[in-house]
Parts: sequence; structure tokens; C-alpha cells
Amino acid sequence: MIEQKVIEQKIVEPEEIFFKARREKQFITGSEAVREAIKRANVDMAVSYPITPQSESMHLVGDIYAQGYLKDYYRGEDELGVMSAVAGASMGGVRVFTATGGPGTLRAFEMFPTWAGARLPVVCAFFCRGVNSPLTIQPDTIEIGFMLDTGMLIFHAETAQDLFDMILKSFIIAEKPDVHLPIGVFADGFFVTHTRELVEVPPEDIKLPSYNPYMSPVPVMDMETPPVRQMRDPFVMKSNFISYAAHASWQQEVRAAGERARKHIKKYLGGFLETENEDADILIVASGTAASQAKEAIIRAEKEGIKVGLAKLKVLRPFPAEEIRRLVKNKKAIIVPEFNITGWLAREIKSVIEDNSRVVGAPRVFGGMTMPVELISNEIKKQQEALNECKYS
Amino acid sequence: MSANIVKISPGFEEIMPEDYRNLVKDGPYGRGLDVDKLGTFKELIEEHPLCAGCGLALSLRLILASLPNPEDTVIVGTTGCNSLSFSQVAIHNIHSLFGNQNAVATGLKRALKIRFPQKAKDVVVIGGDGGIGDIGLGMVMHSWFRREKITTIMLDNESYSNTGGQESGMSCEGAVLNMAPTGKKFPKISLPEIARDAGCVYSATITPASPKRLGKVVKQAILIARELGPTYVQIYCPCPTNYKFKPQESLKRAKEKEKDGSYPIKEYLSPPAKEFVEGLEVVNKPR
Repeated sequence: MIEQKVIEQKIVEPEEIFFKARREKQFITGSEAVREAIKRANVDMAVSYPITPQSESMHLVGDIYAQGYLKDYYRGEDELGVMSAVAGASMGGVRVFTATGGPGTLRAFEMFPTWAGARLPVVCAFFCRGVNSPLTIQPDTIEIGFMLDTGMLIFHAETAQDLFDMILKSFIIAEKPDVHLPIGVFADGFFVTHTRELVEVPPEDIKLPSYNPYMSPVPVMDMETPPVRQMRDPFVMKSNFISYAAHASWQQEVRAAGERARKHIKKYLGGFLETENEDADILIVASGTAASQAKEAIIRAEKEGIKVGLAKLKVLRPFPAEEIRRLVKNKKAIIVPEFNITGWLAREIKSVIEDNSRVVGAPRVFGGMTMPVELISNEIKKQQEALNECKYS
Repeated sequence: MSANIVKISPGFEEIMPEDYRNLVKDGPYGRGLDVDKLGTFKELIEEHPLCAGCGLALSLRLILASLPNPEDTVIVGTTGCNSLSFSQVAIHNIHSLFGNQNAVATGLKRALKIRFPQKAKDVVVIGGDGGIGDIGLGMVMHSWFRREKITTIMLDNESYSNTGGQESGMSCEGAVLNMAPTGKKFPKISLPEIARDAGCVYSATITPASPKRLGKVVKQAILIARELGPTYVQIYCPCPTNYKFKPQESLKRAKEKEKDGSYPIKEYLSPPAKEFVEGLEVVNKPR
């Protein structure tokens, strides 16, 4: 039985809860960090469906529903049903949250462009896992590659701390009237969800201001606001020029809303990426736990006298193209370690920089393996040796 | 909300289309009208794009005239011929994907309950037999299992008509349709019975050939859902385009099928639903 208690939380400004409130350290798992974020996010409703490695996070959200932190919560019929229910609830004007990962993401996939197209400020956590077949429950970030073009904003957490902050801040970024788009907060399954670390959290007796559906740029479906506009999303089925133009301009508007999110992301997440050793000739660009492994490799390289820089990407949509272009300007080699076979991050980087032969799309591990730091170290050595050869030849 | 939902900003009265002005002046919001009064008020649907003789179009018109509370009703639709007409319906409505309507309706209903706990906000699913009986059946049934307080209305034209007349689960056995080139191999799904066993407190079949009865069934279904739990209404909507009969024969076919029992007209009320409806009749009886 979950302990029942009366929850008394004070609503405070987002800036207070994000930046000013005194934080205490808790030694918790990534799943527990989700619970702590949702406790403080003033979420009205959550819908869950179990899938490893996400299940525990939504159990814990259920627990805090039982404690009175949320107004409604239930277990849906499958991931498509859950993502649909979350859409219905969001169109009805409440703040919603759910989470999934791996095969669950793909089962629900049709809903993600639908969320973006309907301008729903849904926040969803995705705990990355390999997709079938053959069956695996192990971490693998291939699903992020699939999700990049859904129109959703995509954040990638490296740690439980990132996960906590990104989820909490996502509600405020997603609900800005000039954005009003869904945000997917991704974290690598098991590596983040099931491991424990120190996470700094603000007090649990404060929470974000509630969602105001009347600040939405598209009408809330409650039959309360004149003049009535019937459809939440534009319904353009005719085969004529006006229909084509309407649909095309709507898609452009969804992408433009994503672009307008940049200023809010800068303000709340403190930028799109975090860097180390910006002046080194060799740069590692990574996101998620690949960044953790990269940091370790950089320490080891330093001991061997090789200076290596790092750009840890926190945000993948909108893609920080300008920031990356500036950073790689004088780099000799750009190493992109990834936890997937397709190399979607290397592909993204190659698409925005000049002379993309500098991009080394390696090392890659997939199928759920951890990434030995040695693999990154070897890549660093290889690149350093190549640079030395150039210098002396 | 009553007629306020469509009120016009002061100064803009003259430039609003006439249909809109009529809706404000003479629409059904807050007036408790029903099918008996059709033709005496501005209806909620205007200039739909459905085929001549379409059974869906007529049924939809009758459904909209029978809503007990149109000013606080939200419709959730799904892909199909009927969804093409929803942009001409003067009520908030949602079109999401094909088959996920009952899951969307669940989220919506719960959200409206959170936001307006003291107010009756009806969520009504209206979809075709493909959306409700086939591709969406899992999500439809799960909304019934969960006892969501929503009404599901199937416009049953016995085929996937919008995509060109493919067989659906609701097509009759032996029907030759696209994708059933030698005739459909299994019987029509007994959805009214499935609805009852899955948790619907009210389930009924009807055709637009009996408009007054259809109106009563729809009204009852929505009022029962508001108080007690999920309800299901299945309406036979003949499709002249895909079943290749003359548009003017639609109603005749509905009547015939009603009469010869090939479209059995049924009504099931759970004991609490029966008690509730009897209470309604007492309330509504003239003194």
C-alpha cells in the first residue's frame, strides 16, 4: 500500500523552481528522477503502459498519483492507445505526461507526427532500447534516429540529473504559445533508468504553475471558447491547390514553431550543448551516455598527452547546427561515438558542416552492449597518429 | 456554454457568413431539441460532401439533431466517409488517426472531467464500421472494459467505403466486395453483444428509416453514458456507391432490412440503465 498523505504544494514561478530554490541531493535512479520531476511539474494526468526499461518510471508516477500529486492516471491498452489518450487529454486542455521506449515507441509511432501536427504540448520520456527483431531488451539509441523527423522537439539526457531537469523544464518550453509542440526527453535505457546517482532536486512542496489551455495557439476542445472552430488540427483532404497550400504551410508552421523554441531552450536548458577543451584539434561530439564514455576517454587521452575536446549535445531537435559549425571550424577530426548501428548523429553532423570527411562515425556499439572506453581511446589515438603523419610528411 | 459558443464579436455581425449568423440566431444550442423539430431550426451540419443517397449523411444529421446537450458536447471521429463531413459540423470535433478514436475520447473525457467537474460534458465517438469494428476494435473494447463514460456510435455501411468498398468485419457473409473477390468468408461481427459483454450498460441497433426511434436511442445512449458508463449505438447506413444501388433506394433498403430481420433491431439496457431511463421518462412525462 502506498502511504497516503495530503499534498500541499505551493505554485512558484518556473525560474524559482529551476534556478533559485535550494536543491537537496538525493541518491536515486533515473526512474526515480522521473518521479521527482513529475511531482514538481503540476501534471494533471498521466497514462502508462509497461515496457522495459521504462516500466518502473511509470509505476512510480502511479505511486505519486495515489499520493495525490496528479488528478488522473491509468494503465492504457497499448502504446498507441496511450499516446492517443494523451493526445485527447491534451486537446481537452490538461497537462499530460507519459513514457515509453524501444518497441513501444515504434508501436505508437503514428501518434508522434500527429502530436506535432496538432500542436500538442505533450511531454513524453523515451527510454531507449533496441527494436525487434531479434528480441532484445537492451539499450540502443536507434529509436532516436526514427524520431528525429516527427516534428517533435528532441532532448537527450546523459544522466539522471539531466533527465530530471529536462523533463521539468520541457513542460514550460513545450507550452510557450509561440512553441506549443510536443517534447520527447530521451535517455539511454538501463544506463540511466536503472543506475543510481546523486541528483539535486528542489523541495517537493513547490510546483510549476498549471497549464493554461487558453494560451494555446490552436483551440482547446472544450466547447467553451467562442467562436467555435471545429477541428483541432487542420483537416485538408481535398485535391486542390488551396488544400495543398494549406497543408504545406501548416507543416512549415510546425517546423517554424520548433525554431522559435531555440530562445526558450537557451534560457531554460542553458544552451544546446556543453563543451570541454574547445581549442583541441580533435573533437568528440556525443549525446546521452556516449558522452559519459567520451569524457572518460578524454581523461585517459590527456594522460597520454593528447588533448581532445568534447561537445555533448543536449538538444537534437531543433538541431544546433550553428553551434556545431562554429565549434568544428578548425578541427582536424570529429569523432562521433554512438550506441546504435545507423549512426544518425554522425549523419546529422555531416549534413551541417563543411568538409565532412573530417567526421569519423565511430565507434559504434549496438544491440545493448556497453561502450568500452578503449574503443573511443583507440579512435582518438588513430586520429592523433594520422595528424602526426600529416605534420611530418 | 449555451449559444455563447458561437457568439459573434460585436461589429462583425455583417461580415459573418449567413450560415453562421443563422447558427447564432436559430441554432440548437441550449434548446433541448430533437429529430421531431428538424426543419424548424438551423442544423449543426452544413453542406456535407458525402454522396447522394448516403446513409451516413442522413444518420449523422439525425444524430446531431438528437444530441441532448450540443453546447457541451465534443465529438471524436475517425478516418472514413463520415470524417469528411465533420469539418461542416458546428461542434468541436477531433479527428486523430484511423481506429484510435476511443482512446482519444478517453483522454478527452477525463481531461474535461478534471477541468469541469461540476459540468456535464458529453464525449461522443462517431465512426464507421471500419474504424470501430475493425482497425479500432481493440481500443473501442478497452474503453468499454475501463467503463469510460463515453458513447460510441457506429455508422455501419458494411464496408470500408471511403477507401473504395473493401470488406469489413461488419460486411455480411458472402458479400462480394473489393478484397473479398469470392465473397466474404465469415459472418458479420456481433458487436452489440460484444459491447454488452465488454461492459456497455446500453447497446442498441437502429436504422435511419426510423428517425424518431433513432433520436430516442441516441439521446438515451448519451444520457446513460453521462451517468453510468459506456454505451454503444450501431446504425445501419446503406451505401449506394459501393453496394451499387440507386441513391433514392437507400431508405427503402434500410426499411426492408429492418422489416425482414436481416438487420436485427435490438436494444439492451443493463438493470441500472433501465432504472435510469425509467426515471427520465417520469421526469419528461407531461403533467
